[in-house]
This record gives sequence, structure tokens and C-alpha cells, in this order.
Amino acid sequence: MSTNEEQTETESPASEPALVAALREAFGDSVSIEVGHTAEVTLTVPHASLIEVTRRLRDDTAFAFTMLMDLCGVDYLSFGQDEWKTDSATDSGFSRGVQREVIVDDSDQFEEGRFAVVLHLLSLEHNRRLRVRAYTTPDNPPRVPSVIDVWNGADWYEREAFDLFGIIFDGHPDLRRLLTDYGFIGHPFRKDFPLVGNVEVRYDAERGRVAYQPVTIEPRTLVPRVIRDDNRYDEALREQPDV
Amino acid sequence: MSEIQSFTMNFGPQHPAAHGVLRLILEMDGETVQHADPHVGLLHRGTEKLAESKPFNQSIGYMDRLDYVSMMCNEHGYVMAIEQLLGIEVPLRAQYIRVMFDEITRILNHLMWLGAHGLDIGAMTMFLYCFREREDLMDCYEAVSGTRMHATYYRPGGVYRDLPESMPKYESSKWRSQSDVATLNASREGSMLDFIADFTERFPACVDEYETLLTDNRIWKQRTVNIGVVSPERAQQLGFSGPMLRGSGIAWDLRKKQPYEVYDRVDFDVPIGVNGDCYDRYLVRIEEMRQSNRIIKQCVDWLRDNRGAVMVDDHKVVPPKRVEMKGDMESLIHHFKLFTEGYVVPAGETYAAVEAPKGEFGVYLISDGANKPYRLKVRAPGFAHIAAMNEMVSGHMLADVVAVIGTQDIVFGEIDR
Repeated sequence: MSTNEEQTETESPASEPALVAALREAFGDSVSIEVGHTAEVTLTVPHASLIEVTRRLRDDTAFAFTMLMDLCGVDYLSFGQDEWKTDSATDSGFSRGVQREVIVDDSDQFEEGRFAVVLHLLSLEHNRRLRVRAYTTPDNPPRVPSVIDVWNGADWYEREAFDLFGIIFDGHPDLRRLLTDYGFIGHPFRKDFPLVGNVEVRYDAERGRVAYQPVTIEPRTLVPRVIRDDNRYDEALREQPDV
Repeated sequence: MSEIQSFTMNFGPQHPAAHGVLRLILEMDGETVQHADPHVGLLHRGTEKLAESKPFNQSIGYMDRLDYVSMMCNEHGYVMAIEQLLGIEVPLRAQYIRVMFDEITRILNHLMWLGAHGLDIGAMTMFLYCFREREDLMDCYEAVSGTRMHATYYRPGGVYRDLPESMPKYESSKWRSQSDVATLNASREGSMLDFIADFTERFPACVDEYETLLTDNRIWKQRTVNIGVVSPERAQQLGFSGPMLRGSGIAWDLRKKQPYEVYDRVDFDVPIGVNGDCYDRYLVRIEEMRQSNRIIKQCVDWLRDNRGAVMVDDHKVVPPKRVEMKGDMESLIHHFKLFTEGYVVPAGETYAAVEAPKGEFGVYLISDGANKPYRLKVRAPGFAHIAAMNEMVSGHMLADVVAVIGTQDIVFGEIDR
């Protein structure tokens, strides 16, 4: 081994406007580009063209996203829903907020935009990151093409997303459950899956083996989920200088 | 003569070399591995789902328990993600403390790795030597946070408290005489920074000691050279990071390339390998310990000369001091709100990555403007590495599987989450 040592000067990530312009030029209006308040770039791609776009992102030297750092599923079922109504509390008072609403969603078709797959790409050459989001098809189970041929490292990430969210990755050669127990039923990271689970395991001394039974613990909420309008984070007010 | 057929073998989940709860289904042709299928998830606790049900600050403790041998680096990734969404700038002194503890954590992790890796492939003494030095660093954790492992020391906005002026000391007992205790406590008389400074003086000699045992050792080389070779192209395809990527000759270190905190103010080098085998990765990690030591030394010098706040002064995020709370109505309200409800984080999403000892530890955080995360995804470095287990061990002997598990530096807390 040579201690091929680098210079001590540090580099800083490439500027984002250049990336946005290049993406706009390469993909036009078929994708939507979003720059969040943390200056990260998100590219939202229709699931049908996911493979085509990611392949281009990897191979085009203008992007050179040779590495897939992360891939995960997201369930947007209860996005923006809170358990405490803070704006109308003066009329009725606050509830205890401990009654968690049971959401059951076993429809044949999910709502558009319910599930998404989010990829985090890294380009070593340009030292920059990109987030790619693809919403799944609305079918039950939701589907999205597999990027395993673009980045081989996607293998286990897709297995995990399948296990936890039930998203089917078309073209994945070995889509098995990864993290949950052998014979597990359901997809635990979906928002309609209870936090306490559905079954619990105990040792049955009489039968001399491990037995499954319906869960006996009660779900509870210690701190209700609250969404507050915080003016400090308001985009419109943020830009104004201090009065 | 009858034909020898391949057979399937179960390795783990309770096997001393499985580093916890790895279950491997190995398809063997005699002594040669044809296919390996790792079964993970035996330590799956649903950390990310649990985090969705709690206010932001209450999940910091879960981060320690992910990669439970590099605790503070995990916390760092998580609090950085929150800080990015909130748009908080951490005070300089807190940044130095974080960098110092990140590097202490790196040494802790690499010592654990070296000891376990050595033990797995036959170098028993390494384990004892490594744990000797590890103990001193554990004491630093204890001095600063009160616990040896699960510190919960980093908070959004800084660190929980400033460095202590004294170190915990040994006490004499039936088994430990007064003079023994005096020797043990010799370096603990001053402040914590004095203790760490003393450690950085001692530590390079310890690394030399490890190297005399292993680097030119014939058995060590036979077990590691040309084992588990990964080409730079494959390393990128498979999403490797950290020493696994650098061992294959790619000079990529987030501390240099996308510097966070004060890594752009400290001086250090990034070692890279040439062949991408277990031996190169061993050399990379050994050198990383020396470089971490160098960084710690610089942080100690800076921290000695510069005092200041270690938390931002924003009581919308950081609770006020108890003393203030007793006399000031507004502080009381802030305290009450923070501990009953927490703080809300503006809607948005972010990905924060730190160079953890094992590679890139990333936290993808989606907030919908509530006091709890909407979705938290932890990108654990070990996950990508163990996913490549099959590729790395196929064609190797059974005994090399253990060497590959060791070189991947696997910890199940972060893989199963």
C-alpha cells in the first residue's frame, strides 16, 4: 500500500444551479425539479421512465452519478395530518390527544402519490448529490421498475423497501423479505400498520415451542403529533430584513 | 468413486465470528463457497418507525444504538439533519467538540474492529491490547455524558454540556492497592482535555505495538492478502463507502470532500489502498487511527485556548437552564413547551451524511412541519457492505468468510435498524 496522501486542501461540493440547468436541459419537462430550503435538488421522475433517466444520470459525463447511496420507500398516507388541532383549540379546549385514529387502507387502488421510492445519488467526479423520487403505480401492490441493473447495490435496498412498504420492484431477480421475521404478514412501515404490531411471540411451555398470538399491549400516544404555523419558517417572511 | 456434490451449510446466527446475529446460508463445494445468502434482520427493532412516533429529540438515544460501537457519529448524522432543516448554525466550540468526539469514536470503532478481526482470524492478543486503550476512551464518554456507550451527547444546536474539569478516578479497594490506584490515576488529575492530551501522546506508540504484531506477520498476511478483493469499479457499483471504498483505491472521504463542522480547519491525511483486499483495508484503518489521533490533538489545542457557548441561544429549540427557569416566566413556558411537545421542524426534506468510522452514515429526514419526523431513513454504511457479501466470498474458502466478515466491520445494530 502506498500512503497515497491527498492534499490537505478541502473541496466544496459543486454549485447547485449548474446541476439544475443541466437536468433541465437533459430531461426537459418530463421531470420536475425542486430545490428545497436546504438547497438540495430533488428530481421527480414518472415511474415509467425511471430506468431511462437513471441510466442517463449514471452514464452522461455531465452527471456521472456512479453511486447509489440510498434507496428507500416512503408512504405519504398521513402526510400533513396532526392529532391536535391547535388553531381551533380556543373554542373547545385541547383534547388529550391520546386517541390515535385507526387508519385502514385495504383498497384495490391506492391514491395517486401514496407511495414513492426515493434514491440518493452521489457523483464522485463532480462531488455532488441528487435525490430522485419516483411515485409508484396506484395498483395494490404498488409497482415501480427496479434499478438493480443501473446500480447493482440497489439489490438489498429494494428488498428492504419491498419488505417494509410492499412495493414491488419490477425486474428485481430475488425480491424476498429482508428484515422482518420468516413468515411475517404485512408491511410494517406503512402508515396504516400499527406501531405496536399485530402479533406477539411467546414461548408456549405446554406445546414446547414458540407461539404467535394477537398483540396484547395497547397502543398509546405520549406526545400528540402537532403541526404549528411557525412564522419564523414562513418563506414569505423569511426574506424580509429585521424591522 | 462417487461424485462429491455441493451441500448447504448454516453459519450462525449464534457463532462467535458472526459479529452478532448474522445467519449465512452457504452453498459449499467441499471447502469452497459457491454462494452465500446472508439472512439479516434478527436485530430489527424498527428504529425508523419508532422515531416517527416521538418528538425529534427523543430519538437521539436510538441513534446510539444503531451502530453501537460508533455511537456519537450516528448521533451526529441525525442532529445534523435536524439542524439543516431548522437552519441552525452550531457554535464554533461545539463544532470542535463534535469533531473531537467523532474522532475519538473513530478510534473506538477501529480498536473494536481490530480486536475482533484479529480474534476471528487467530490473533488473540490483539483483542486484549485494543480493549486496554478502548477503556480510556470509554472513560471520556463517561466523563462527558455520564454513560460509557449510549451518550445522547449531541443535541440539535450543539452538545449537551461543556467538557468537564475533572475526570472520573479509580478508587482503592481490597484488590487494588493505594499505589496501583495512584499509577492509574496519574493522567486523571487534571481536566478532561489534559487526559485526552495525555492519551494522544501515548496512543501512537500503542498503534506501533499493534503493527509489530500484525503488519509483517506471516500468518496475518496469509489470511488477509488477496482475500475479498474488490475493484474500484465494483466498489462504486455496490455503493461502498468509508474504508471499504478507500481500500480499493478511491480517495473519497466526506471529511475532505464535503466538510462538515470544522473538518476544513484541521489538518489530516486520507490513506487509500491499492489492491482492495483485506490487508489493504487493514492498513487503511490503522492509518486512520493515527490520523484521528492527529485531529484530536488539534482539537484539544483549540479547545484549551477558546472558550464559549456549546449550544445555540435559541429557546425555541434548546431548553433554557434550570436556574433561569426558576425566575423567568418566559423560560418556564419554553421549558414546558419543549418537554411536553417538542419543537416543530419546518416542512421539507434533507439528507445529511457524515463520515462514520464504517463509511457514509446518512440520515434522510422528511418533515411535514410537525413536532415528529414524518419519515426517517437511516443509510447505514454496513448495509451496503453486507449486501455484497455473496460477491466477496464466492470462490473463497470457508475460513475466508470469517476474514471477510471481519474486514467489512459489520455491526448488526445499524444493518437491521
